[in-house]
Amino acid sequence: MKTAITSTGNHLDSEFDLRFGRAGWFCILDEDTGKTSFIRNEQINASHGAGTRTVEKMMELGVGKVISGDFGPKAKELLEKFNIQMIILEDEQLTIKEIIKKIQN
Amino acid sequence: MPRRKRLRKIVAPPGFKGYRPFGNTSRNSGFIELLYEEYEAIKLADYDLLNHQEAADLMGVSRPTFARIYESARRKIARAFVETKEIRTFYGNAWMNENWYRCLDCSAKFTIPLNLPEKTCPLCKSVHVELIA
Ligand SMILES: [Zn+2]
Repeated sequence: MKTAITSTGNHLDSEFDLRFGRAGWFCILDEDTGKTSFIRNEQINASHGAGTRTVEKMMELGVGKVISGDFGPKAKELLEKFNIQMIILEDEQLTIKEIIKKIQN
Repeated sequence: MPRRKRLRKIVAPPGFKGYRPFGNTSRNSGFIELLYEEYEAIKLADYDLLNHQEAADLMGVSRPTFARIYESARRKIARAFVETKEIRTFYGNAWMNENWYRCLDCSAKFTIPLNLPEKTCPLCKSVHVELIA
């Protein structure tokens, strides 16, 4: 199972990004192997449709869970439709490493 | 734009993605789309043996609407049998009434997708979760 975490930067010490469609980066965690990779969000400057295209990206990557600070109505509807679990964390001070630690505990 | 269909409440999604005929004497002739609410209608009426009013109440629809969903489901299944088609299940216009949960241990908020049976926190694995409106 792959989990996507919205991130402000491309390393494990980067802070969590509260935005979904306009997050800077996505950290893709493979929960089985513990491996992580970072993917730049190409939709960050899109004028519209960022949420929808980001959901499509998640599908493409085979993500089953998304951790972010908020999801727009369109993204919510699509993620729910595609059975992708949404997780909302409201603490923006967290780093990606700290979030991964919570999952792996 | 077509009018947005009202969502129907279902208790549980089907536990399969589809059915495929075997030993076909004719070539593969495609598939029919069975909606989650149609699966639920068949289950409530023909497996749980509820009457249409009870089933309609459970799904939060009127009795005529339930009858329409149920009829559509039966016709699709009959067509799949007779025309040797696969049956594939689709999300359709269903919704689960339990949507967002909060973990009482780590305060994460989360959804539980239809294909995930367990109600545990996806972050800290706690079972202390509550439904939020
Ligand atoms: Zn938790």
